[in-house]
Amino acid sequence: MSDAASDILLDVRGLRIEATVHPPGERARDVVIVDDVSFTLARGRVLGLIGESGAGKSTIGLAAMAYGRGGVRITGGEIRLGGRDILKAGAAGLRALRGREVTYVAQSAAAAFNPARRLMDQVTEATLRHGLATREQAEARAIALFGRLGLPDPERFGERYPHQVSGGQLQRAMTAMALCPRPGLVVFDEPTTALDVTTQIDVLAAIKEAIRDTGVAALYITHDLAVVAQIADEIMVLRQGRMVEQGPTARIIGAPRREYTRALVSVRSMEHPEKPAGGQVVLDVANVSARYAGLPRDVLRDVSVAIEAGHTLAVVGESGSGKSTLARAITGLLPPSRGRIRFSGRVLSPDLAGRAREDLRELQMIYQMADVAMNPRQTVATIIGRPLEFYFGLKGGERDARVQELLDAIEMGRGFADRYPAELSGGQKQRVCIARALAAKPKLIICDEVTSALDPLVAEGILRLLLDLQAQEGVAYLFITHDIATVRAIADSIAVMHRGAVVRYGPKSRVLSPPFDDYTDLLLSSVPEMRQGWLEEVIRHRKMESAGN
Amino acid sequence: MRRIPLSALIGLAVTGAFFAVALTAQWIAPHPIDEIVSPQIWAPRSPEFPLGTDSIGRDLLSRMIFGCQVTILVATAATVLSFTVGSVLGFLAATAGGWVDQILSRANDLIMAIPSLILALVILSVTPPGIVTLVLVIGLLDATRVFRLARAVAADIAVMDYVEAARLRGEGKAWVIFREILPNALSPLVAELGLRFIFAVLFISTLSFLGLGVQPPLADWGGMVKENAAGLVYGVPAALVPSAAIAVLAISVNLVADWILARTTSLKGGRGV
Repeated sequence: MSDAASDILLDVRGLRIEATVHPPGERARDVVIVDDVSFTLARGRVLGLIGESGAGKSTIGLAAMAYGRGGVRITGGEIRLGGRDILKAGAAGLRALRGREVTYVAQSAAAAFNPARRLMDQVTEATLRHGLATREQAEARAIALFGRLGLPDPERFGERYPHQVSGGQLQRAMTAMALCPRPGLVVFDEPTTALDVTTQIDVLAAIKEAIRDTGVAALYITHDLAVVAQIADEIMVLRQGRMVEQGPTARIIGAPRREYTRALVSVRSMEHPEKPAGGQVVLDVANVSARYAGLPRDVLRDVSVAIEAGHTLAVVGESGSGKSTLARAITGLLPPSRGRIRFSGRVLSPDLAGRAREDLRELQMIYQMADVAMNPRQTVATIIGRPLEFYFGLKGGERDARVQELLDAIEMGRGFADRYPAELSGGQKQRVCIARALAAKPKLIICDEVTSALDPLVAEGILRLLLDLQAQEGVAYLFITHDIATVRAIADSIAVMHRGAVVRYGPKSRVLSPPFDDYTDLLLSSVPEMRQGWLEEVIRHRKMESAGN
Repeated sequence: MRRIPLSALIGLAVTGAFFAVALTAQWIAPHPIDEIVSPQIWAPRSPEFPLGTDSIGRDLLSRMIFGCQVTILVATAATVLSFTVGSVLGFLAATAGGWVDQILSRANDLIMAIPSLILALVILSVTPPGIVTLVLVIGLLDATRVFRLARAVAADIAVMDYVEAARLRGEGKAWVIFREILPNALSPLVAELGLRFIFAVLFISTLSFLGLGVQPPLADWGGMVKENAAGLVYGVPAALVPSAAIAVLAISVNLVADWILARTTSLKGGRGV
């Protein structure tokens, strides 16, 4: 760091944070969630905090406001903001500090805004509460920020209610809210994680520009190294509450020193060679349209895709593109209004009630949230054993032996059969769900965003397991995802969905090579790449294109 | 097992004592329920009659003990009935949805729209008196409340992915209700069970006080308050004994119910395994 000491805005030394946990059935105890973390942040610079869930990155971000969420307590170290130790500031001192010198941008803008009040009132609230400006001044400042953040019709934008604007716009409104009091430091806590990839890029560019123009310092918290590489001057890698590595962005992504950082950098580069086409078709969806009761238009429009035995079809699209609805139509939860679904040579009944048990057995499903896909009151043995009992009539020792076989197949081994889901980690839960699907000996498994809720390294493990199981059992996957890196890692063929229709469909090699249609081009070019300057390139490219049109 | 708080321990002990008395009434009561043992009505406390005698000279302690048995028997039977009927129908409404849900829920609303005490009085005044009738009336009227809770809890659980997974597997309604939903709905229902039990105690006491509940020669606490109420004017405390018993039972069951409720809906521990 070449900056003079007087330019240091935030100086954190030996930070230690503890929390009281209440595990079910046990006594409450204290755990250390952040230990011995030190860093400095100069005025106008951006520090990226990166790590998996549980790494303590959000906790550190909130500690910069001397705040602990829930039962979290800051028990050691110093946090100096502008030379003052804010841990000794007292309640009144902290009130004066929060929302004035340090502000916060939360992950879920939809949950952070009060739905009953207009955006302008909420964006200017902290500024007015602290008496930093008159209402006219604050509103003028907010309108200027709306314009700078690229929000449509900045003059009138503040008159709207939160539900009247999109998720990406709401996230930018929250950024305006954080910047309005002209703070020295903004804490961004995963501001783009909940957004679609094509929206993320706009918000990211808007945030970056706003940070540069206002000269504010920022802590940028995310689990996505490619995102933070676009915005941060320096990066700190965290794991289980401890610092792994810290350095300038270029060095961290270009020449990581630690094993863990190297794994994070390379996690999205998994490749999977495409299998040759020409096998037997296991699922054939022909001209399927579907709509939810009470909605005027189809959420699925004339969709036709097919999957060969032992192959993987990835269905890619943003939220609302109809990809999960396609899964519901195939499983029979939402009978299609038009079209026909053939499965292993038979025409499937459109609704669940009309399907034979054999159809149900051969078509299994794995969900995004493994937590709620398993009954919390059933043991792993019951969860995996029930399909065995239900479809094959296995009982007693025979069943237990097969459960153990399946546990071995998902690389979990002994000692898990008697556990409850709450006693498993996120990755283990998803593995048990995979075992439950496999227990039915299916021909096709529908995987609905199965890796989206998992940390990148755990997700990679799940993808490898799915590929191994496919090689052994010859099962086909319909893999629903919004993540292009996941598609590259697992798909044989790809269907790109947009607004309920398939806009591009074919073998992976063809779908992912030019010439692209407009939407696929937008989707592919929005996926953050692990290098600096990527964001500017894409934005410049798009501006040129729109100017050319 | 986590530590049981003191209030819950007291509640458990007192509730347990009441149930023990109810179960052993025949053996521990010094006199039969309807035997006139003293020529003196509303006799004061004495070594022979620890609580004195009642309005026609019967031993108040013996009547309290038998009254405990009747009160707890009727309340328990009514609570069991209301839970069985209410939760099964509630779960059915939540899982079946559609017109089944509409018919059950609207019929339930219809019954709940009429004040239950008035409805009970009307029904009891036209039906032959008896313990069974009483249990049926209290149990079925209380089932409307249980239905609402069970339906709300089950509706939350029925949309979980694991219930969908069971349906996709082809499981029948019985498996979904009893194996997927019931175990997860049990905690809030058990907490509600304690509260409904108290309401049943209060309900039967009210009915007996009004003369339409437990009929002589049997006696329950509410009826005993009524028999001895006139004595209050002359400074005879006999009516206060059953009143106090009702209050103590209600409070002690509440202490236990509170603890279960706190345990199952705690923000920290969640629904413990």
